[in-house]
This record gives sequence, C-alpha cells and structure tokens, in this order.
Amino acid sequence: MEEFTVVGKRLPRVDAVVKATGEAMYAADMELPGMLHGKMLRSPHPHARILNIDTGRAERLQGVKAVVTAKDTLGYRYGDLILGKGDEPFLATEKVRFVGDEVAAVAAVDEDTAEEALQLIDVEYELLPAVFDPLEAMEEGAPLLHEHAANNIACKSTMRFGDVEAGFRRSDCVREDRFETQPVCHAFLEPHAALATYDSTGKITFWGSKQSPYFTYRNMPRALGLELSKVRIVQPFIGGGFGGKNEMFSLDFTAALLSMKTGKPVKIVYGQEEVLSAGRQRNPTIMDIKTGVGKDGTIMAIKCRIVANGGAYISIGRMTRYLMGSVLALPYRVPNLEYDGYRVYTNNQVCCAQRGHGVPQVRYAAESQLDMIARELDIDPLDIRLKNALQPGDNTVNGFRITSCGLTECLQKAGEIKKWREEWGELPPNKKRGIGFGAYGFVSGPRVAGHNTAGAMVKVHEDGAISVLTGATDSGQGSDSCLSQIAAEVLGLGLDKVRLVMPDSEVTPLDPGTFGSRVTFVSGNAVWIAADDARKQLAEVGAELLGAHPEELVFRNEQVFVRDDPEKNMPFTKLVKSACYSGTGRTIMGRGYFAPELEVPNYETGEGNMSATYSFGAQAAEVEVDTDTGKITVTRMKVLHDCGRAINPMHVEGQLEGSVCGGLGQALLEDKIKGKDTGQASNPSFMEYKLPSAVDMPDIESEAVETIDPVGPFGAKESGEGVQVSTVPAITNAVYDALGVMVKTLPVTPEKILKALEKENEE
Amino acid sequence: MKQLISLNVNGETHELAVFPWRTLQEVIREELKLTGTKKGCDTGDCGACTVLLDGRAVLSCLLLAVRCQDAEIVTIEGLAESKDRLHPLQEAFVNHGAIQCGFCTPGVILTAKALLDSNPNPTKEEIRVGISGNLCRCTGYAKIIEAIQAAQSA
Repeated sequence: MEEFTVVGKRLPRVDAVVKATGEAMYAADMELPGMLHGKMLRSPHPHARILNIDTGRAERLQGVKAVVTAKDTLGYRYGDLILGKGDEPFLATEKVRFVGDEVAAVAAVDEDTAEEALQLIDVEYELLPAVFDPLEAMEEGAPLLHEHAANNIACKSTMRFGDVEAGFRRSDCVREDRFETQPVCHAFLEPHAALATYDSTGKITFWGSKQSPYFTYRNMPRALGLELSKVRIVQPFIGGGFGGKNEMFSLDFTAALLSMKTGKPVKIVYGQEEVLSAGRQRNPTIMDIKTGVGKDGTIMAIKCRIVANGGAYISIGRMTRYLMGSVLALPYRVPNLEYDGYRVYTNNQVCCAQRGHGVPQVRYAAESQLDMIARELDIDPLDIRLKNALQPGDNTVNGFRITSCGLTECLQKAGEIKKWREEWGELPPNKKRGIGFGAYGFVSGPRVAGHNTAGAMVKVHEDGAISVLTGATDSGQGSDSCLSQIAAEVLGLGLDKVRLVMPDSEVTPLDPGTFGSRVTFVSGNAVWIAADDARKQLAEVGAELLGAHPEELVFRNEQVFVRDDPEKNMPFTKLVKSACYSGTGRTIMGRGYFAPELEVPNYETGEGNMSATYSFGAQAAEVEVDTDTGKITVTRMKVLHDCGRAINPMHVEGQLEGSVCGGLGQALLEDKIKGKDTGQASNPSFMEYKLPSAVDMPDIESEAVETIDPVGPFGAKESGEGVQVSTVPAITNAVYDALGVMVKTLPVTPEKILKALEKENEE
Repeated sequence: MKQLISLNVNGETHELAVFPWRTLQEVIREELKLTGTKKGCDTGDCGACTVLLDGRAVLSCLLLAVRCQDAEIVTIEGLAESKDRLHPLQEAFVNHGAIQCGFCTPGVILTAKALLDSNPNPTKEEIRVGISGNLCRCTGYAKIIEAIQAAQSA
C-alpha cells in the first residue's frame, strides 16, 4: 500500500477551476452599492518640501466627495517590520522623497472625475537637491533624506566570523571583484487594489490584494485610531505578489480613510504605470566581494561589502541588509566570513522583499566569482561546488543549523547536463555555447521579528467535507492547495472534500502571511496539527462505535477502520454524522498552531539561526551567444530543488519554472531605467520594461529532490523562492563558459557582451 | 454624450449607453460585470484583457466598445458550454498546473483558443509565439505550453 493517498500527488489546485472560468474575484473586480472611486496624487519631484496644499478647487468639482492629505491623518508611519520605527507616511507630511510619493487622494463618483480632481489640487513645493546614487548618498554633504539617518545610511550590518585575513593567507587564489545589480520590479500582473467600507458601528471592512493581510490587519487600526478588531480584512484572490504585496500601502490606508470621511465604500486601483514607476522594487546593489580558495578548491574566506540602494524609505530594509550578509554562509562551507552591509536612502522608488529577498543579488556575485576562481585554479565548476557543499548536520559560522540538506544530490543531478555538450555538434563561427551552474540555500519559515506563529482550524462539515481555515495567503504559489492536501491526508479524505476558505481576520486564526518561504513549513505544520486534532475528536466517537481504542483507528480513503481488524470499519461520512447528530451532538473543529523554536537573529552582527530548516538546490543553464549581435539565448535549463518532500510535485515544478522565469528576466532583460537627474521612470510599462515572454523561456527540466525534513509537515520545506536565487549565476556562468567573459553588471545585455568581446579582442 | 450601442457578448445581445471613449474592456467589466476579463496594464502590453472578437484574440483595452457592435464577442465566461462542463482548454489548464495566481489565465486561455482554431496542430515554437503577447510572471510558461499541447490532442 502506498504511504500516502493525497500528499505527493499531482493533483490540480483547489482554486484552478474558478480561475480557469474567470469566476475568481480579485480585489479590483469587487464592487459595493454606492461605491466611490479613489485616486492618488503623486509627487512629480524626487525631493521637495511641501509648503502648502490647496484642495479647494478639487473639492468643488462636481462628483468629488472627499479630498484627503496628511493633515487628515494621525501621522502614522509604516515600514520597518523589524524595529517598528516606520518612516513612511501614507500621505506625505513635510517632504516628498521620490517621484511618485503619495501626496493627496480624492474620492469621487467615478474614476474620470477623481482623475480630473487630481489636476485641481495645488501643491506648492520647495525643490530640494536630490541624490540617486547610493555611493554619492553616503558622502559627506550629500542631500539628506531623513534627519535621523546620517550619511543616508538607513541601517548597517557588521558581521565578523572567524579570521578572514588568515583565510586569505592560506588561499591559493584570492579574487576581488565588484558586481552590480539593477532595480527589478515584481511585475505581478494584478496592480494593487483596495476596497474599504466604514459602517455605522465604527468598523472598517477591507478587501485588498495583500499577500500578507495580517500586516494590514495590524497596521490599519493604528493608522486610523481604531481598535484592532474593528478592522476586518477579507482576502480575495491575489494576482501575484512575489514579495511586493506584503506591506500595507498608501492605497489600503487611503481607501479606508476616504470611506470614513464619506461614509461610502471606496475602491482604489492603481494603474500598472503607477505600480511600475512608484511601487516597490528589488534592491539594486553594489557588491565588492573577495573570496579566497585553496588549490584543492576549498573555500577559505569570504569578505563582502554591499551597498543596497534602498530608495526613499526603510520598508523591510533591515532584513534585506542582514540577509545579504548571512546567506553568504549558504550553500557552501565558509569558515571565515566578513560582511559590511549598508542599506542606503536615495530619492528612488522604495525597495522591499522580492522573491529570494536580497539573496539573488549576493548569489550572482558569489557564484559568478566562484567560477572565475575555479578557472584560475583549473577546477571544474561543478567539482568546486561539490567540494564545498554544506552537508546535513553542519553548523555555519554565523549559527545556521543545517538539518536536512540535499545539495550534493542536486549538484550531482545538475551535472548530468554536461552531456549536453556532446549534442552541440559543429556550431557556426558566430555562435558560441556554454553551460553554467548555480547553487543555493534558502530559509524556510524564518523568524523575522515578533512572532512567527501560524494558527489553523479544520472544521468538519456534517456531510464529511472539511474547511481549512488559516490566515496564510495564496498569492498564486499554490499554498491553499498544499495546505488542503495536508489536511486531506491526515483525515484520509480526497482533495475534493476540502472547501476553500480565504483568510478573513474576523474568522481565520492568526498567521503573519506569505513571506520568507514560510507557508508550507509553518502554516503547513499548523494545519497538520489542526487536522490531527479533528481526527482525534472523531476517533473518540469512532472507537465507541467500532469497539476499539481511538489510537487503533486508521483514517484512509474516506473510510475509518481498526488497524489490525479492517473488517471493523465505517465510512468517514457516517462517523461524522454519528458524531454530529447523536446524543448531545458534537462540533468537530480541529485546532492547531505552530511556530518553529527560533530566536530572532541579531541583524547587526548576523549571529543566530534564522530558520528551522533550509532548502537547497542547484541549477544548470545552457546558453547560445551570437557573437555578431551579442544576443544571449538560454536554450535549456535544469533545476534541482531539495524541498524536503513535494506535497504536490506538479506545483513544486510550477514554482521552480516560475522562479527560473523571474531569474532569467533579471539576468538578461529587466531593468528599471530612470532619468539621471530627474528620478523619473523612463520605462514604466510592460512594453518597455521587458519581463520574459513565452519566447524568451527555454525548456526547463525541473525536479524535486526529496530529503524529508524532520520538522516540516510530511517532511516538506519551501519551494517558492530558493530557486530564483541562483538562476542568474547559472546563466552568467554559462555565458562565461561560452565566451570567457564575465559580465559584472546586470542585466547582461547584448551591448555589454559586444563591448566585452571588443575589449577582449583588443587585449 | 453617451451613445446607444448593441453588443453581442457570449451569445447575448446587450443594449447599452456608453461614452464613445469607453474601451471594450471597461464596458465588459463595468457595464456587463464580466470581471473574468482582467485589467492588467490598460496599455495593450500584458494580454490579461484578451477576448475573442469574431474568433480572433484581441486586446479589449485597446478597442473602443462602440467599434465592436457588429462582432461576436466571447469572454472567458462564455467559453465553457455550461457550469459543469469546462472547455477542453480550461480542463487542460486545470489538470496540467498551468494556473498559478490566475490573473493572466483568462487571457491566455482565449489566446490559445484562437490559436488552436486557426492552427489545430501548432508546434511548441508556434505555441510560444502564439502566446507571447500574454505575460505571466508566475508559471514560466512551461505548464501553459504543456496544457495547450494537451488540449490540442484532446
């Protein structure tokens, strides 16, 4: 008999049908009677003092119901999840700090009227000098964005582990390189949307495209001066998040504020241009990295200085600068590690988490440099990775405890692509091919700050179906299905017996949301415990009916039977009905909660075990470069990911393939371009900002490598982010293999390739 | 001034008064409440608002509703025969894991429908080119292509 009946199966998503038919409602699809439409007025200047805002003309426009500015707010500032020292007002107070900063908002009877009203708001600005480059921003005398942050340093980390200088002395090859990465947008297709309604009991009900509704639940009452439970956050379907829909943003707050002002429901939907020009993005970085390696390939020391261009506000930047350093200890054994990380304020769009959060930048630098070192030492790039790969039971210098780890197996399987070389045959003189590897480790359910508790409830319906209630959000990654499969397995039900319940702060239990690759691992455990609790409640009833002890009962294939006497059995539905309807009746409601036992790491020194487990993996890219045009085509990729156990291999593959797509975009195509002195977005549309389309994507062989984690639910770990971490270096290393040229700034455009080839020819 | 127009959507005729500058997407979503047609970019770049116009896949955010009066329009809501019988493409997208966040899904499915109607046996490359106007940030397109291949042989 197979071990599991639901877990490990390639079952369709629980929400797939309503998404295929268009019935799935996203925030922008929702309407309420009498609803008004809101629009935001944004700053046209990168840095300016607000001297006066005159809303009179806008208010007098027919159809306008309210205009709000900072003076209508309590002055609450958001961002900074780590220390709670938020620096970003929902509507600008004394200053604006980037082009697109929200200054005022309008609610009107329709979108056109609201848009027109924006033109009638008169804002008097005193222009201030602006700074866009993070290194310039750190210089003495640079324009200061925030009074509290000298040299515009929002935060820094200083990590010192072991003795890097001794490590370098023992090395046979020491390289120092500077790598730079570009700003990348999340590029979810669903723009931010919020709908809020304030009722006569003083309660706000809110629907929004939030991948972590909990942050809005916690922030909105504070920002509006309401009791926590007077704010109800209901989650509709989410059109992608990738880290960019975690925080409560200006539109969320403003929709609620405008509803309080007008007494009517207010909806605000950003245009994609607003999202791309004024929304969050991935931190661009300048990374100086020095690595020492012995002649046998052993990594001796890494020293790294990273300056992250964080933009105008802190957001989750304290975490970013910590992650960028701490993950240098993954996925290889690094005995000596030194890191100085700066997250710097500039008059740019604000940076936050994005799939892989800070780690893709670092792995691009570290993995690319490793290939250059391997070449100098004449070691195969795969061998140098195998040589240093972390193993189960390892502790890293900064305190990460490695439990399950399938990196070696992932690397070995990735290495099978070497046979691709034999398939190339004779290439035309202007075509060069190469293969490259990248490896990674990633957190799975880290404790970021405060708590990391996930709660779950499993309600058993009278007909034998169940509802799984959690506060975890499926922003597209498939967690609702994953959690449903876990609950179904525990209760011996088919997936078709699980009814989907979306997070609703009034009903579903506490869960901070979707970030840090935590949902499968943390919320999954909570669901496992809750389902098991429901199973135990039913087993008590079943034991009486079947004349056995509760522990002897097995729940499987919608039947309940005695383990050693399967003739004694009854259908699950009959058991449920017996429990619910006989005697006094019972309410079968399983309850569970889980948080990995972790301390919050020290973000300044980097000490601590951030995550109860880590995912690992490797990937290999094959590229073809046209040396006449510089065009790079990724022709094939192979992705191996240690996800502990694949709760649903089809969905894991989907995560791996999607991650490759994001990574390929960052490697080759995507870049947010700004006017050099204006800070104005030059390419805020999907026409000009190039995310990969179907023709840009190679065939991808993806495979989950299972290690069965000791703590994960059914042994599962994350699969949502790790892979994206090393797609970029797999591609840059393949280009390096093809041409012998390492491009050290992203994206690797044809222009850069041609310039590099030209330079090489001159030399 | 609003204009009176008649739109044939999913086999039903709707008499509507709309401003002449209203796009087909706006009228479909706001007047007909068919919200399966998504508003992703509103500038014709992402493909999320794709509908069928006389069998061709078109971007409804780039078309004025008043220009579509003589056409047969199909939105995602009109693709399945009935609530309990999905179109083979929808079935394939569901079964092959081609849907993640689902925001691009209606547009991709309708683009695929038009593609298969004009070319019943496209190669993988033809599928890639065929759906290249529909952006998806979630899936990496692999399972979308797989689903379209499965639907063509269904």
